[in-house]
Amino acid sequence: MDWTAVWLTLRLAATTALILLLVGLPLAYWLATTRWRGRFIVEAIVALPIVLPPTVLGFYLLMALGPRGPVGRVVQALTGASLPFTFAAILLGSVLFNLPFAVRPFTSAFAAVDRRLVEASWCLGVSRLGTFRRVMLPLSWTGVLTGIVLSFAHTVGEFGVVLMLGGNRPGVTRTVSLVIYDEVQAMNYAAAHATSLALVGFAFLVLCITYALQRRVLPL
Amino acid sequence: MSAGAASEPRLVADFVKAFPGGATIAATVSQPVAGPFVTVLFGPSGCGKTTILRCLAGLERPGRGRITFDGETWFDAARRLSLPPQRRKVGYLFQDYALFPHLTVEQNIGYGVNWPPRMREKLIAEMTERFGLDGLAPRRPGELSGGQQQRVALARAMACAPRLLLLDEPLSALDGPTREPLRRELRQLLRTMNTPAVVVTHDRVEAMALADQVIVLHEGTVRQAGTVEEVFGRPANLTVARIVGVETVVRGKVIGVDAGLATVAVGPGGQHVLAVAEPDAAGEVDVCVRAEDVMLQRQSPADTSGRNKLKAVVTSIVQEGPLVRVSLDCGFPMTAVITRPAREELNLAEGDTVTAVVKATAVHLIPRG
Repeated sequence: MDWTAVWLTLRLAATTALILLLVGLPLAYWLATTRWRGRFIVEAIVALPIVLPPTVLGFYLLMALGPRGPVGRVVQALTGASLPFTFAAILLGSVLFNLPFAVRPFTSAFAAVDRRLVEASWCLGVSRLGTFRRVMLPLSWTGVLTGIVLSFAHTVGEFGVVLMLGGNRPGVTRTVSLVIYDEVQAMNYAAAHATSLALVGFAFLVLCITYALQRRVLPL
Repeated sequence: MSAGAASEPRLVADFVKAFPGGATIAATVSQPVAGPFVTVLFGPSGCGKTTILRCLAGLERPGRGRITFDGETWFDAARRLSLPPQRRKVGYLFQDYALFPHLTVEQNIGYGVNWPPRMREKLIAEMTERFGLDGLAPRRPGELSGGQQQRVALARAMACAPRLLLLDEPLSALDGPTREPLRRELRQLLRTMNTPAVVVTHDRVEAMALADQVIVLHEGTVRQAGTVEEVFGRPANLTVARIVGVETVVRGKVIGVDAGLATVAVGPGGQHVLAVAEPDAAGEVDVCVRAEDVMLQRQSPADTSGRNKLKAVVTSIVQEGPLVRVSLDCGFPMTAVITRPAREELNLAEGDTVTAVVKATAVHLIPRG
């Protein structure tokens, strides 16, 4: 097992999940509560990665982040750093690619909370943020946890975006799925098999947790 | 701006809220905010009562108008000002109480109180006792009866010392037999809490039991505002008469006025009915009689203070609990409500001929046009 790649993958997945938590919660709250009629447009954008091949997202991100891309130029001018083929690049790709896996469970969990409970809290003088913390989150935590677990697991198994943006650099952007790909290319089937089996076990465990959470089987 | 005396602190709301679907709600509410004054917003479901309540709470934003409370502006469309619900300090009682299901009774009551822990505990204990919730403190809302939930919701609202209580159909979530005692209890609580309140209801009995002032709403507009006696006894127009449940409303024509009594020709046969003359009720009128003001007799009484003795044929008899609703044809349709023993005594059956006695003072005339 390539432990450097495992560590890198776990770091990538954890950071991705954390950022999605910070970005996804407000976005999901807005989606669940807004009365704006154009809401569906935002929902469609968030869901895009579900249907797009990862290579498409990776390709456009690469264009945007590259030295001649709009984002890449600004970053280079400000910091002198080049984004493509760095950890930051695959992190950004992961966050965007996993957006629906976090935001959609968040949103449906928030939408399931009775709106009147939120309003009752406001009328009792509790701020919007306080209400979110004291009413919204306690009543929707299974959905929030589901979103975090799913986006973490999905990042662990990601391939296309990481390949396009990361360039397979050991210790920097070479994740477990890239390792498996390399082993197969090199016909090291035994090594590929060991890593693959570990991923299968991991994925199964995560899905079990997710479904158990949704049925509130776990006494958490 | 205020209609009342300048010195008297009042809630004055005058606003219009339009919905994308085309419905528009125009509200004019004015009431004193000192003491336990209760305004009831009364009307059929879908008439915009709840929306008005939500606008008062700041949960909904009107399109035009103003809301002021004791001189403090809560909403002013012209100045693009809208105080958030957190800063209006109102107690809002939701139709199904909206208790926090993940918190205990105690935590629910103390939810909006951010005092130092010891004072907070004392307040919660006080509220628990005052609202008869002793022993329920560690329970969750799901384990409580409807009446208990209502008291927790009231205690939760009152713990924050609201300046105004807003109650949305406070008794509609309760089932029949429990409603009666709770209606009385709620009335008492509203009196003792000494907090002004606006109550939304579509229930006539509830409105009569709770209101100091009734505002009748229909299709988003105020049709009449006044005391219970005014609104239920003297509806201003046909719509209000229908909403407040005056059973008999028939067309008639005032054909003469003598010594303060108007003679009205009613129905196709021109049956004469005497009513107390009202200055603006001349010519074409709607004649309103409440069913409980109609007395039935077998023989035409020789001496009675009732001015109207109408020959009537019983067209149908419907039992309604302890009461009997009798439909009559006395040249025009009229409804009477009598008790069950009365029906048995009269030995009343469909097709019988009786005399319906109605006092002139119980006949209310609404001018047409």
